[in-house]
Amino acid sequence: MSADFGSIEETQKALESAGYLAGDSTALVCFLAQELGKPVLVEGPAGVGKTELAKALSRAGGRPLIRLQCYEGLDEAKALYEWNYRKQLLRIQVEASDAGWQEVKDDIFGEEFLLSRPLLTAISEEQPVVLLIDEIDKADQEFEAMLLEVLSEFQVSIPELGVVKARSHPLVLLTSNNSRELTEALKRRCLYLWLDYPDAGRELEIVRLHAPDLQEHVARKLVEVVHMVRDLDLKKPPSIAESIDWARALLLLGAEDVDGELLKRTMSIIVKHRTDLDLVAERVGVKLTDGLIGSRPAG
Amino acid sequence: MAPRLLELADELRREGMAVGTSELLDAFEALRAVSWADQGEFQEALAATLAKSQEDRRVLELVFDRFFYRVAEREAGARGLKEGATLRGEGNGQIDLEELRGRIRDTLRGESEGDLRDLARLAIAASGRLGEGSGVIGVDVQRIRRTLGLKGDAMAGERADPHSVPRERLREFEGHVRRELERALIERTGSLPPARPLRELDRALPTGPAQDLAAVHRVVAQLRRRLATQGHEHRGRHRSSVVDVRRTMRQSLGTGGVPLELRFRPTRPRRPELFVLCDVSTSVTSASVFFLSVLHALHDSFRKLRSFVFVERISEVTEVFERERSFGDVSRAIAGDAGVADVSGYTDYGRVWLEFLEQVMDDLDPRSTVIVLGDARTNGREPHAKVFSHVAARAGRTFWMNPEPRLYWNYGDSVMAAYEPYCTGVFECWTTQQLEAFVNALTDLRPG
Repeated sequence: MSADFGSIEETQKALESAGYLAGDSTALVCFLAQELGKPVLVEGPAGVGKTELAKALSRAGGRPLIRLQCYEGLDEAKALYEWNYRKQLLRIQVEASDAGWQEVKDDIFGEEFLLSRPLLTAISEEQPVVLLIDEIDKADQEFEAMLLEVLSEFQVSIPELGVVKARSHPLVLLTSNNSRELTEALKRRCLYLWLDYPDAGRELEIVRLHAPDLQEHVARKLVEVVHMVRDLDLKKPPSIAESIDWARALLLLGAEDVDGELLKRTMSIIVKHRTDLDLVAERVGVKLTDGLIGSRPAG
Repeated sequence: MAPRLLELADELRREGMAVGTSELLDAFEALRAVSWADQGEFQEALAATLAKSQEDRRVLELVFDRFFYRVAEREAGARGLKEGATLRGEGNGQIDLEELRGRIRDTLRGESEGDLRDLARLAIAASGRLGEGSGVIGVDVQRIRRTLGLKGDAMAGERADPHSVPRERLREFEGHVRRELERALIERTGSLPPARPLRELDRALPTGPAQDLAAVHRVVAQLRRRLATQGHEHRGRHRSSVVDVRRTMRQSLGTGGVPLELRFRPTRPRRPELFVLCDVSTSVTSASVFFLSVLHALHDSFRKLRSFVFVERISEVTEVFERERSFGDVSRAIAGDAGVADVSGYTDYGRVWLEFLEQVMDDLDPRSTVIVLGDARTNGREPHAKVFSHVAARAGRTFWMNPEPRLYWNYGDSVMAAYEPYCTGVFECWTTQQLEAFVNALTDLRPG
């Protein structure tokens, strides 16, 4: 059942019990979003848990998650609603031939013939939902303009039916990878949350939450290595999800320690480009073999 | 509180942030939902509603600190509150300088936690006895640091000298000392120093050369998307696309043979053919590293790309980029054996165009895009603008990116004006921001 968060601390706790360690600002913005009923625009590098935040919010608040993945060429018919005209056509054929136009028209433009897409589904849902509009920067600028009505008024106008108003207030999250500048109009309607890679201490907590059986010192060293890899000039720095994957892999392998040899064998879990692989092996692998990592406490 | 927030918004606007009335209303709403006792929460609530990008956040942080510090001081001044008495009280000869030195060093190394602000005040009080301040805050800060014998680490992570402390922490400590000194000064004179705008250096996000390279790659990835999708803006409306009869007929079976929905042949994505010419002569030395990294990033993203470097003559380096993958190797290979026959080391644009046209004449067509990275300084030689106009006429689009500010164009031996009329667009370009501006401008320019 859906439940509102009473305070910032409560939000943080609820998110944690849903398996998401939120920073102070993340919890605060989530709480504000619920209090003010405003959408949240989440930006940050790939793989810092933007999408995961929406999932955790849905689990924590007991709200169903409705997801709209954006891509180039996404339009109203795929995001808002569409008329099911096959069904309309059948209806017209079944209708007696002497039925008047008005009758037919009233008949075929009813809710029965409306195919609702994610956005319409989200606002017409009886109980409050979490609406995730993923990678909004991938969609066209026109699509953003279309979102404005939905996001600020929580309503959709359908010419044949009238205005459909929200029955409940959804919690809306928009994520962006910054591949294009979003319009001012959209930004103005949103709260802004910047997610960055966590510091070593928090990442250690995250890894230990998701791979609790991994030995403390292995996890510590793993996080240290991941941070060092992120500092290098890579095409794609490892994300949090990848460090969790790596932790799980080490667990399966029964690793006792992270050394140069192990890094070389399992590196492909956190680094996904050939040139990056060489670079990491060269810079980090050497340090591991010489025992330069792990002597100091992480953080 | 409301007038204070409006003042803050004013100050943010002066720093170039777009703070509208609706954002301010949001901020007030948000502040109603959080407790004001915690500075962190207060600031975060403002940041979430007012700052809409990472750069804005950084500006807000800086302005927030400065603004509320000044407001607090003004209040104190107006009410006649002074802290001076306590400061003097602490300094009546009981502070052992040696002991203080040790405490500060331990705190800065993070071996024991202590309030940096308190330590800063103690340090000021202690050094105050050694002679009055010079009145110039920057000088005093350094004097106090020397008195305490604090030195930053030579290299991060290495601690050869037992007296050195981590650089970051030392800077933090200096900030506290500076602030306390300012406070004391305001108390003495009873007036606020004039507000200074943020320095450019402070507001820029911290970056290193490695991140710059990554930034170039990011912008070029954007460029690729733009070029690939250009001319497809009308795809949604099926403008000028061809009906696919076969698929339409098949589709119509579902609706009893009535072709209710037309199916269209998918439009083929435009395959941009790029020709990039890059000046690597000495007059653009500082820019050529940047340009080579642009070229490197372009090679990562485009398959149909031919690149050329030139000084006096032109040399195709497409192969070098295909062979070497890391940026370091590429620049070494180009410097070493690209064979840019630079007899004199001076650029000769005219000759470059002649050779370029000769080499690629048959490959240039309206689908190709020519990008020139160079400063258009011919060293007094014939610019051969006519030849360049042939290149531009054969290619669909020609862009020129000049690493010099627009102000310097056409001064001295720069002949930008001779080439400019033939280009689809000319841009000044020496930072990634400008590169981004170029990419943005590309979307507005229709091919042809």
